[in-house]
Amino acid sequence: MQGFASEFNSAMTLILNGDAELWAIVLLSLEVSIFAVLISALIGMPVGAALAVARFPGRRILIVLMNALMGFPPVVVGLLVYLMLSRSGPLGVLELLYTPTAMIIAQVVLVTPIIAALTRQVVELLAEEYSEQLRSLGVSRLASVPVLLWDARLALVTALLAGFGRAIAEVGAVIIVGGNINHVTRVMTTTIALETSKGNLALALALGAILIGIAVAVNAMVSTLSLRAEQEGLRHA
Amino acid sequence: MRDLTLQLASCLSVDGMRITRKGKALLDVPQLILDGPGPTLILGPNGSGKSLLLRCLHGLIVPDRGQVRQDGVELNADHKARQAMVFQQPVLLRRTVASNLDFVLKRQGMPRSTRKSRIEELLTEGGLDGKARQSARSLSGGEAQRLAILRALALDPETLFLDEPTSALDPNATQMIERMILRASTRGVRIVMVTHDIGQARRLAADIVMMQGGHVVEHGAAKQVLDAPKSDAARRYLAGGLVT
Repeated sequence: MQGFASEFNSAMTLILNGDAELWAIVLLSLEVSIFAVLISALIGMPVGAALAVARFPGRRILIVLMNALMGFPPVVVGLLVYLMLSRSGPLGVLELLYTPTAMIIAQVVLVTPIIAALTRQVVELLAEEYSEQLRSLGVSRLASVPVLLWDARLALVTALLAGFGRAIAEVGAVIIVGGNINHVTRVMTTTIALETSKGNLALALALGAILIGIAVAVNAMVSTLSLRAEQEGLRHA
Repeated sequence: MRDLTLQLASCLSVDGMRITRKGKALLDVPQLILDGPGPTLILGPNGSGKSLLLRCLHGLIVPDRGQVRQDGVELNADHKARQAMVFQQPVLLRRTVASNLDFVLKRQGMPRSTRKSRIEELLTEGGLDGKARQSARSLSGGEAQRLAILRALALDPETLFLDEPTSALDPNATQMIERMILRASTRGVRIVMVTHDIGQARRLAADIVMMQGGHVVEHGAAKQVLDAPKSDAARRYLAGGLVT
């Protein structure tokens, strides 16, 4: 118990003293995950919105597939991205393996289905409400997509935060394609795994505390925004 | 003699319209011509096909058979662009009051410089001055419906369809909306409105379409339909009797 208390104290000291190595890892984690979420949003939001408003054969199957991809095992995603980026893979010439870009790609693959599926749900509900009014105003299905995305913005920020939560806490895929290289691809989750195995619990605990802090902050934001979105809906009901 | 040019220019007609679901005719209107100068009110019990007829007239629902014509021509995109509709439950964008109006004006291609003054004009018209920056969703029921009507009027429509716009409102809010409708009618906007309220029909209508079971059972001048209805269904409805 005394050992734990001592490690915990060391961890807090690392955080409070602004340990350069620790904060470099935190910064890289945030950079990778924020980039990944932004790219995922650019892909996932229009795709989710299009699936919500468009009607075409096979739409249901696509929705089921997209929902299933939300639960895709990260290590499998890591393996697939690894195969794509490895020297003998189709994208091997880009030499992206073991770089932060590779980690971003893996996180994009993991997060895009989450953002797309949540966007589809949110936009479909709103489209039901707006459908007749927008048609009456002469807004086509295609033109209704930006209108719906804008009006669902509160709920969509929640989707982004959910995607960010998944990305920042991800370990399996990024360790495969990033390689956990010191000062290059070492992020919070992979460092925690490595440092724990080495017995350097202070750094692992410090990163764990920051990760938990980020998770709590993200969840608090999701909760606040969900409540606001719900109130917006109720006010009009 | 009536000016035939004017009459044709504002003529909305239905020809052989039929909508059937599971073998039951939800709407069966062989012919209906709306060419009077004042507001047309569609009256009838629940499930009589009033809202369905209104949606067909506006092109939101395509009937299984028959067609809607404006000025003798089958309803097309140009006609629809000169129509607007207000629904029973106002559907407002999750934006400010002014943004709801701006959305429509922008789509109309109105330049930014003139949009602001037009929005102010419209807000004054609807008694919503000072609420421009307020969230549209925080408006009261009456204010929300007035904003929905203003947004429809911002389209500068030739025809305005209203589906029971006052059914959930108190008398004061109803009166404000009726005034807006009458002012629009006076400016030359053709009003076609669904209502349950016989008193409202008496206050607003120039002519009345009485519906029952998906059929038009009577259509004529408001005074004639309300005071001397020809059909049994209309007589019973106006007398407050149960009509099925």
